[in-house]
Amino acid sequence: MILDSLAPLYAELSLAVFAMLLLVYGVLQKGQVARKVSYGALVALITAGMFLYAEPKEHVSLLNGMFIHDGFAVFVKSLILLGTGAAVMLSIKYMYEEGFARFEYAVLMLLAALGMMLMVSAGNLLGLYMGLELQSLSLYVLASIRRDSIKSAEAGMKYFVLGALSSGMLLFGISLIYGFTGSIDFAQIASVVSENGASNLGLTFGMVFVLAALAFKISAVPFHMWTPDVYEGAPTSVTAFFAMVPKLAAVALIIRLLMGPFETLTDQWQQIIWFIAAASILWGGFAGIAQTNMKRMLAYSSIANIGFALIGLVCANDEGVGAALVYMALYMVMTAGAFGVVMYLRRDGLSAERIEDLAGLSQSHRYLAYIMAFFMFSMSGIPPMAGFFGKLVILKAAVASGFYMLAVIGVIGSVVACFYYLRVIKVMFFDGLELSLDKVPSTSRQIVVTICALIVLFFVVKPEPFINMAMQAAQMIS
Amino acid sequence: MFDLPVLSLMTFLPLVGVLFIVSVRSTDEEVMARNAKNTALFTSLFTTALGVYLAMQFDPADAGFQFVERMEWFPSLGISYYMGVDGISLFFVLLSAFLVPICILASWHSIKTRVKEFMIAFLILESLMIGTFCALDMFLFYVFFEAVLIPMFIIIGVWGGARRVYSAYKFFLYTLLGSVLMLVAMLVLYAQVGTSEIPVLMENPVVRDLQIWLWLAVFASFAVKMPMWPVHTWLPDAHVEAPTAGSVILAGVLLKMGGYGFLRFSLPMFPEASEFFAPMVFWLSVVAIIYTSLVALVQEDIKKLIAYSSVAHMGYVTLGIFTATTQGIEGGIFQMISHGLISGALFLSVGVIYDRLHTREIGRYGGIVKNMPKYATVFMILMLGSVGLPGTSGFVGEFLTLVGIYQVDTLVTLFAATGLIVGAPYMLYLYRRVVFGKQVNDDAAKMSDLNLRELSLFIPLVAMVIYFGFFPGYILDRINPSVDRLISTYESGLQKGEMRRAALLEAAQVKPAAGLDTQAVGTVPAFAPVHTDDAMDGGDLPMPIINYNE
Repeated sequence: MILDSLAPLYAELSLAVFAMLLLVYGVLQKGQVARKVSYGALVALITAGMFLYAEPKEHVSLLNGMFIHDGFAVFVKSLILLGTGAAVMLSIKYMYEEGFARFEYAVLMLLAALGMMLMVSAGNLLGLYMGLELQSLSLYVLASIRRDSIKSAEAGMKYFVLGALSSGMLLFGISLIYGFTGSIDFAQIASVVSENGASNLGLTFGMVFVLAALAFKISAVPFHMWTPDVYEGAPTSVTAFFAMVPKLAAVALIIRLLMGPFETLTDQWQQIIWFIAAASILWGGFAGIAQTNMKRMLAYSSIANIGFALIGLVCANDEGVGAALVYMALYMVMTAGAFGVVMYLRRDGLSAERIEDLAGLSQSHRYLAYIMAFFMFSMSGIPPMAGFFGKLVILKAAVASGFYMLAVIGVIGSVVACFYYLRVIKVMFFDGLELSLDKVPSTSRQIVVTICALIVLFFVVKPEPFINMAMQAAQMIS
Repeated sequence: MFDLPVLSLMTFLPLVGVLFIVSVRSTDEEVMARNAKNTALFTSLFTTALGVYLAMQFDPADAGFQFVERMEWFPSLGISYYMGVDGISLFFVLLSAFLVPICILASWHSIKTRVKEFMIAFLILESLMIGTFCALDMFLFYVFFEAVLIPMFIIIGVWGGARRVYSAYKFFLYTLLGSVLMLVAMLVLYAQVGTSEIPVLMENPVVRDLQIWLWLAVFASFAVKMPMWPVHTWLPDAHVEAPTAGSVILAGVLLKMGGYGFLRFSLPMFPEASEFFAPMVFWLSVVAIIYTSLVALVQEDIKKLIAYSSVAHMGYVTLGIFTATTQGIEGGIFQMISHGLISGALFLSVGVIYDRLHTREIGRYGGIVKNMPKYATVFMILMLGSVGLPGTSGFVGEFLTLVGIYQVDTLVTLFAATGLIVGAPYMLYLYRRVVFGKQVNDDAAKMSDLNLRELSLFIPLVAMVIYFGFFPGYILDRINPSVDRLISTYESGLQKGEMRRAALLEAAQVKPAAGLDTQAVGTVPAFAPVHTDDAMDGGDLPMPIINYNE
């Protein structure tokens, strides 16, 4: 049966089928069905997850090598599904509050997740490009989903224009790689590269173009300019999704490319990633200090955090890649929680996004203030919060590979960034209550935020199993 | 032998108290505050009782680690939950357990807002402090050491004075910057030796050039925590703005983490680097002793004055520790314990008059001996203890330190002993201005004397200051074996380095490469020569064997 041979693809197929069914359902139904479609999307994600885990984690190559199924892909995809699920749950109430409750919203998230899953499993350059574009297009629309808001439209437009530019660079890089290796298949590229890759300048150029395009997707310095604007303009639930999931997928894709076909060119790309990592950490740290908007601040925080995750990649070994996965996963948890808290902040029916709006939160919303403090301390990397362990494994990998300088830059950058995380705590706990915020209950949001807080707080008790899982996933990549 | 996991109990009992405080819910703020206070006091007293049990069960003859507990925590990285105390750490554990109930009692009435949160922060702080001194795994140590920043930041920032935000930030970021460098050093050490257990690391010093870098990184952390001149500037700010109980803990315990770190990490793990940098530490300490004493002389704020005196007293500690002599190190440890009691009590006594008049300005007081005789007596004993009068615990520490340093460097001794002289006037001057003289301020003249609660805070502290002044033996007997062991570790580390250098020299003589020895001794060379070339690809680094597949 042809269907049996496609078993590793079931997760993606089910997601695609669900997305289309939900779209049809949304079109045919009259009235507001955004909530129902969101629940449907959750079901779709769970189904996809079940298909994902039904399959053994062995390396399988499908569709003439376009699709790779392995332990690494399974690990990253399960994180993608979890992250998307969290984003959908965070949005359910929020889209009604902000007035963009449209059924397309959850469907677009599903399609973006599908694109990301294809990216992670890409086995050739074509698969890579298709996956990337599917997720990007969905994300452009999501950014501007609040059609009547100028800011949202601006965010979508900006994201689209710059994203299109990066796609152009990606295609140019792909064509160069194809031209100099004669293949789009990762395995064949790898064999050509290992023969005479280091001396091939055109190939290196192609790789650099592809890297630049992907650095744009993960918003690493110097391709980060869009991030603060898009984060600020897009609805907070969409921003949360942006910060959590697409970055993880793009980092996974970079890992797959650099540790796969371009592994023998390590000397060439290592210095690029080294610079990008250091620059992101420092710029994300310093520029974040000047921000007054919570979402912009978190945008710079995400830039700095991406820099940290890239340290793992610089090491170019299993340990480093595993550390990067651990870091991204923990970052996903913290971001989901932090944005979840931001979504709670509403005054007179409007969302309050400035950092000063949090003033006195510890008096008016004690529970929220405490868990926000956990997330902020965790992002600063203060033990015993989960964020510390992310930084620990990354730094350990860096030091074990001899990148002392990068480790020192990393920790100094994290101290700088600490300043703005502390400001959030300062505003919540030290400043007096001026204007009270609305109390807006939301069960699904509460669930997500609470789970994230528990993970952040109690990761210290048993950090071992999860970190081992990530390390095993990293070993299965090649 | 010891079935009861005393150390874990002491570390985590306060957290149980926290859990209890959190779980009790009531609509009445008053009831909640009272419940929180009672729970906190009860829990911390129980921890103190465990501390007494620990002290009684402690075997003074055993130089090694006692009450050792070990559990798997992070086996793939080789990090375990590994606790134990020896003579060096025992008294810091006791000091922490002893000071916290006093702090809680001291805040009984002075903390009026968010009482519940205050008690929670204090209990968490106690748990982390005890954990820091008990941890025998360096990453576990780091987790406790760094986590202390969180409750302290909150305590200064929420319940502090007018410039609390600035001070809280300064405290947090200053100490964090030092600590993260230490984290990198720990990771390098881990990559080199392949274990994170402190006792094993002590026996296996790395090569000299690497030691020098690691020593500097670790120094960045502990020197800030200590604090040593010139990175002491966070301390006056933090002390001035912190609430009384916060100041007590800051001076009493948190500063000691720096000295403890030097004893646990710098001296035994990096003996050659410690020897190399000892003169620098001596001179920094001497500057701290003399300079901050002079600065203290001109202060108008009582808390700031005592804060500067802390920096001066900590100067003796660093001086003593890096002499690597028995007297010097024991003097340093004794000085830390004594300073923990004396300066803790001094901040409490500032708190007493601050509660009445709500000012820390020296000029607002004066002549209070007339209306507060009991207070004047207590304050006098503490003041004299701080000056180092024989018969108080302050004398023993300073004297031993000077004996230690005299064996190493007489010139430094000259300056350090001068510090004893400049150390006296500012305290005496403070006492004269606050306690004696004319009663120029009416409100100061109307202050009531110590009440029973306040007296009960001071009596144990003052009694200990005097007792340890006359009978320092109780402490010295217990720390002596461990200090001797530390010194022998230090010296065997130096010997290992000597042998390593001799072997290198021999190898250099076989091949005609001159100047290797001078390079190793004279200058601070670049990173460990084993891997200077391949820092980018990390080829030659001996990597620990890690199995992620378990």
